[in-house]
Amino acid sequence: MNYSDFFKMIPEASLVAILIVLFVADFATAKTEERRWFNPLASVLLLLNTFVCLLPMEAQTAFGGMYVTSSAVNVMKAILSMGTFIVVLQSRVWAAKGGKEGEFYMLIVSTLLGMFAMMSAGNFLMFFLGLEMASVPLACAVAFDMYRKNSAEAAAKFILTATFSSGVMIYGISFLYGEFGTLYFADVVAAKMQATPLTIMGLVFFFSGLGFKISLVPFHFWTADTYQGAPTTVTGYLSVISKGAAAFTLLSILFHVFGGIMVYWHVLLMIVVVLSITIANLFAVRQGELKRFMAFSSISQAGYIMLAAIGNDWANSVTALSYYVLIYIVANMAVFTIISVVEQNNGGKTNISDYNGFYRTNPRLSFLMTLAMFSLGGIPPFAGMFSKFFVFMSGVNGADINTTMGAWAYAVVFIALINTVISLYYYLKIVKAMYIVRTDNPLPAFRSDCNTKFALAVCMAGILLFGVCSFVYEWIAAAA
Amino acid sequence: MFDYAFLILLLPFLSAIVLGLFGMKMPRKVAGIIGTCVVGMLFALSLYTAYRYFFYTGEYAAMGETFNVTDGRLASGVYPTVTTFNLTWLKFTELLTFNIGLRLSPISVMMLIVITTVSFMVHIYSFGYMAERDEHYKFEEYEHGFQRFYAYLSLFTMSMLGLVVATNIFQMYLFWELVGVCSYLLIGFYYPKHTAVHASKKAFIVTRFADLFFLIGILFFSFYVGTFNYDLNVNPGLVGKLTALAANPALAWVLPTALFLMFIGGAGKSAMFPLHIWLPDAMEGPTPVSALIHAATMVVAGVFQVASLLPIYVQFGAQEQLHWIAWIAAFTAFYAAAVACAQRDIKRGLAFSTISQIAYMLVALGVCFYDSRNGSFNSAEYLHHGGLGYMAAMFHLFTHAMFKALLFLCSGAIIVIIGSNFKEYMGGLHKYMPITNICFLIGCLAIAGIPPFAGFFSKDEIISACNALPGVEGQALKWIMTIVAGMTAFYMFRLYYVIFWGSSYYEQDPENRRRPQEVPFVMWGPLVFLAAVSVCAGWIPFGHFVSANGLNYDIHIDWSIATTSIIAAVIGIALATWMYAGKQQPVADALQRTFPRLHKAALNRFYIDDAWQFFTHKIVFRCFSIPIAWFDRHVIDGTFNFMAWGTQEAGESIRSWQSGDVRQYAVWFITGTVALTLVLLCLI
Repeated sequence: MNYSDFFKMIPEASLVAILIVLFVADFATAKTEERRWFNPLASVLLLLNTFVCLLPMEAQTAFGGMYVTSSAVNVMKAILSMGTFIVVLQSRVWAAKGGKEGEFYMLIVSTLLGMFAMMSAGNFLMFFLGLEMASVPLACAVAFDMYRKNSAEAAAKFILTATFSSGVMIYGISFLYGEFGTLYFADVVAAKMQATPLTIMGLVFFFSGLGFKISLVPFHFWTADTYQGAPTTVTGYLSVISKGAAAFTLLSILFHVFGGIMVYWHVLLMIVVVLSITIANLFAVRQGELKRFMAFSSISQAGYIMLAAIGNDWANSVTALSYYVLIYIVANMAVFTIISVVEQNNGGKTNISDYNGFYRTNPRLSFLMTLAMFSLGGIPPFAGMFSKFFVFMSGVNGADINTTMGAWAYAVVFIALINTVISLYYYLKIVKAMYIVRTDNPLPAFRSDCNTKFALAVCMAGILLFGVCSFVYEWIAAAA
Repeated sequence: MFDYAFLILLLPFLSAIVLGLFGMKMPRKVAGIIGTCVVGMLFALSLYTAYRYFFYTGEYAAMGETFNVTDGRLASGVYPTVTTFNLTWLKFTELLTFNIGLRLSPISVMMLIVITTVSFMVHIYSFGYMAERDEHYKFEEYEHGFQRFYAYLSLFTMSMLGLVVATNIFQMYLFWELVGVCSYLLIGFYYPKHTAVHASKKAFIVTRFADLFFLIGILFFSFYVGTFNYDLNVNPGLVGKLTALAANPALAWVLPTALFLMFIGGAGKSAMFPLHIWLPDAMEGPTPVSALIHAATMVVAGVFQVASLLPIYVQFGAQEQLHWIAWIAAFTAFYAAAVACAQRDIKRGLAFSTISQIAYMLVALGVCFYDSRNGSFNSAEYLHHGGLGYMAAMFHLFTHAMFKALLFLCSGAIIVIIGSNFKEYMGGLHKYMPITNICFLIGCLAIAGIPPFAGFFSKDEIISACNALPGVEGQALKWIMTIVAGMTAFYMFRLYYVIFWGSSYYEQDPENRRRPQEVPFVMWGPLVFLAAVSVCAGWIPFGHFVSANGLNYDIHIDWSIATTSIIAAVIGIALATWMYAGKQQPVADALQRTFPRLHKAALNRFYIDDAWQFFTHKIVFRCFSIPIAWFDRHVIDGTFNFMAWGTQEAGESIRSWQSGDVRQYAVWFITGTVALTLVLLCLI
């Protein structure tokens, strides 16, 4: 074994180092006042990790092809790391409540480590290990408020469905092994994949497993229950980081391993994307509970994310996807941060009707919530509009409208466009509740802690600037 | 060498942000000082840039390009076009990109000077003006007029600077819209006043309507040419593309059409007939704003646009369109001068004068032509014939900005003291406001074209340029413009006499009326500065710096033309003196009685506003808007209501799927997987 290969895994190594530091810090501090430094420590470390991921690294493989890295992966790792930084930053008050913040941060960092391993995998087994490494701590995080009934129930549902989907996925992988006799991505590619029944079944079963992670319809049923029951911070984490990592991995494996049967997975994606966007929108329209509502919104957003993969150019698709995830992180984390502070200050109120008249008492938070909703809905000039634009562009990239597949690609993008309009309806419902609906007892005014404020400022800067400042997109495109 | 140039855009942007976000928390003075200091720095930077640009000897590099210059000129004798930075914002194809950058060319450097000079003076002046005027309009507690005003001014300055240094037509359009927004915000600055609100809406809608054509023109241009760049000196590939396009008989219509559509946008901003209707009403804004935006800078954006595109007009078969521009402008000049003769409101009078003077510049651009018998574009010969108008237009733009800003600021001083815009409340002010009197007189002499004041030189060049256009057209334009010069002298001196001479409103009832007095130093200081510039600006060897092809052009005065225009001006002044200088104005009153209809028509701007009103309300609204509204109300809304209803119902009916039962979820999961597999297997 060549130990120097560890040097190629800098993002993962840095996460392991963070884990160790957090672990030691958790042991070393017993008193509450010492633990005040825990959250800043974790935040700073994650921020540093973001920069570590940004270090220029060549595309290379390690451990005999088990581990593969490229600049596109590193950019995505940096984006996810930044997202986790926001999650950790805004979680301070909630995490400190039970005195178990050490545990929480370690769980979060270990899931991130699992996702990194999954994204860089060069072998189906390695990929599967990464996936599970992310799933198990995530289930613990979902159950973090374990004495709340909802939280435990959510975790139970999550772990049951996750196990089930893992089973289906392993089954799919075994088909592929049967066909090719190898689990290394490079070897599968070298075997020149053909559309045999075995590979098709392998593809779909494998796809289902990741579709569960990204919560695409029809693998999405766990989403609403888990999102609603999980602690709000964890819900935010699930909706952006876990989804983003899985989407990236799916895109990467589809292009790099299943590149030979692209037409088939294009069809698969078209069906699933249209279903996800449309059905999730239909559910979201009727939701009155904000976290559940955001769950359906996130299913619909997952559809948009995967729209990027319908193009036939890797560089284009990966840029659109990573950019979309970045914008989605800032907008969605802004929403979840606000839900979280409102919940903490008002005894767990998370219904949309609780937000009636929110503008009167908390004008700033409602303004930021509005910006985030606009961005999620894709209203210019906020970042969400740009990310949707690039995803749509990527969806029809290389599609010739005169061919059947090309026409279908345009049709899918068109359906997605119409759904954008429908999604505006329900995003604006929140805005309407905050600004227009009159009520005698709106939520009382409160002040949020400085960490939350900082997290919100980061999100706001992202919503306002990531779209207009084109170099963000250019930077991602350069790495692709 | 111009590495610092990005500051020209960054500084006002930052100050707009700071003042816009935090201005309300600052004391008024601090906000004002921040704004003024920033513009002062910009003024210094612009002067420094101009000095470096026009006088540097040696070698420098910008954006990887090396320029070897002697006294600012390249070996070929022209000033270089220097791009100091050019960021790609969005990239569609290799050539078609949205760029934001900063480019220095002789006219953009000149515009930098014009904008920052006037803006700086206006910033200083506003200290006095806005403090005084704030008391007239009671704002709500949270509305701090003064700070808001400076935030808008900074934003405007940034936008206008961005417009003139644009590296491509799209950037120009972007900032073009931004100045439009600033203009809207500033005209409606006194929003408790209904007239101000209406005026701001009118200005925005009219210019926005014109900008639509600009955008269509840009789209035409970029679609067929494949780039947003327009500068022939910088983009070598562009000439080939344009030549090919102009030579292709099937597509020969493209360039002229695109250019003329862009000109319509320019005509909206520069208030050309019949899109001029917004400018007189824009005088509802604070007077410093009128001086900065509606006299010196924003309204000449149209002129700047045509001038920037002039090489394309002249070289690629859009001569015809240039002549249309010339005639539209000539008519506007005459029309506006006629209306200006009958205005009671001094600011409206000045506004019509502005329209008329901008029309002068566009006439000068419109008479540019190219005749291959007089040598190539790059020869010095071209400057004496076809290219003269370009230099003349820019020269007039420069001098006009100075003296018209001066006149507006003087009128602002008077309005502050009198508390009204109407000439009836003025009269005899020369005793009470000596400095303003002298400054206003200098402005009047300059605009009337009396030597040695600035307006004389530039106006003379414009009439010479008309004269250079061969054929009847040139002669006709020359005489029209000479007559308008006489009218200009007449209405300006009419204004001067009724304000400063004649019977004094105060003296009729000194007990009850406020005694007029001179304005404070922060206000008269800028007046004196601008007056000094208006006296000297004509002596600048302008052709040395700015000319149609960049070569040196020595301005020489064609005395046969100069004499005619001086005579016209003197007749105008004499007529005004005879009619308005005395305490009583028997001649004017008699004329008004003899031609009541004409007077009323001129006072009402020849009913052009009413014509538009009729056109929009009676024709557009009735024939198009009402049917469209019906269609929208019933068909489109109906469709969407149906869709919304359908969505709601569908949402309701699938609710039961989400049961909360994990076993059921697993069934769905596996059903979905199997179904998808079957679909794909069918495709093999």
